[in-house]
Amino acid sequence: MSNHFELFGLAPKYALDAEALERAWRAVQASVHPDRYAAAGAAERRAALAWSARANEAYRMLKDPVERARHLLELAGVDPRFETDTAMPEAFLERQLELREALAEARAARDAARLAQLREEVLAAARAREAAIAERIDVARDYAGAAALVRELQFLRRLAQEIDDAHAPE
Amino acid sequence: MAYSSKVIDHYENPRNVGSFDKSDPSVGTGMVGAPACGDVMKLQIKVNAQGVIEDARFKTYGCGSAIASSSLATEWMKGKTLEEAEQIRNTQIAEELALPPVKIHCSILAEDAIKAAIADYRRKHGLAPATEAAGGGRKAA
Repeated sequence: MSNHFELFGLAPKYALDAEALERAWRAVQASVHPDRYAAAGAAERRAALAWSARANEAYRMLKDPVERARHLLELAGVDPRFETDTAMPEAFLERQLELREALAEARAARDAARLAQLREEVLAAARAREAAIAERIDVARDYAGAAALVRELQFLRRLAQEIDDAHAPE
Repeated sequence: MAYSSKVIDHYENPRNVGSFDKSDPSVGTGMVGAPACGDVMKLQIKVNAQGVIEDARFKTYGCGSAIASSSLATEWMKGKTLEEAEQIRNTQIAEELALPPVKIHCSILAEDAIKAAIADYRRKHGLAPATEAAGGGRKAA
């Protein structure tokens, strides 16, 4: 399996320095830029293009808080089972139901202030998960514990998306 | 995506929407979630002294297929014993609603909610748990 961190010469950590990632990505892109291969053969140009695509994909994944965690879990051999495991902590699901009810009400009432408040609550909950995931993976090396948090983070992200969709002018 | 007429029917006229008091001893509550799409499903059963499911309620936040799957699940559970109800499989729900492959996980959510509600009722009454854990006996969809 390809290790996206290695591609950029970065340590495999969840608490990633976003600027270091961006610099490394730009460096890889510069080294495989088509202009550098203008005089090269077709095979070399194809290889450069493939590297460029791979670097973009790796950069996209490492920048994303859920995808970065999933990649680290994958490297550790842990599957967070997004599609097949429906069991989640009851208190978490209860709160998710409440938030969705509140979202439906705010949307029906076209209450922009309430929508903004809900969005802030969901984003704060997501940030708390991200901090906890960093602690579980980078410090405790508790990948099963991290997987449970990543499942919640993904859940919160979908909810934040729904709130943003409700915000969008019709 | 085109929904089947049965999905649309359950979506537009969902059966048994609502909730029971979850502290009522005759009530079993199942809460499940799907991280991939962010769906939440709460399914509750009311069981009589003979061990028959007298009534069922659900509350689902998700796509039309998830709502239809839970609506159908509550209909199917009513009048069944716990043992009969736990035989309901996601494949039956998916077939009845003609769910496309990308929506099979909605029927899985409903099957797991049924099992969770039954397990909760049994736990409350100190009954032996089901022979298989939720989702344990399911074939990959």
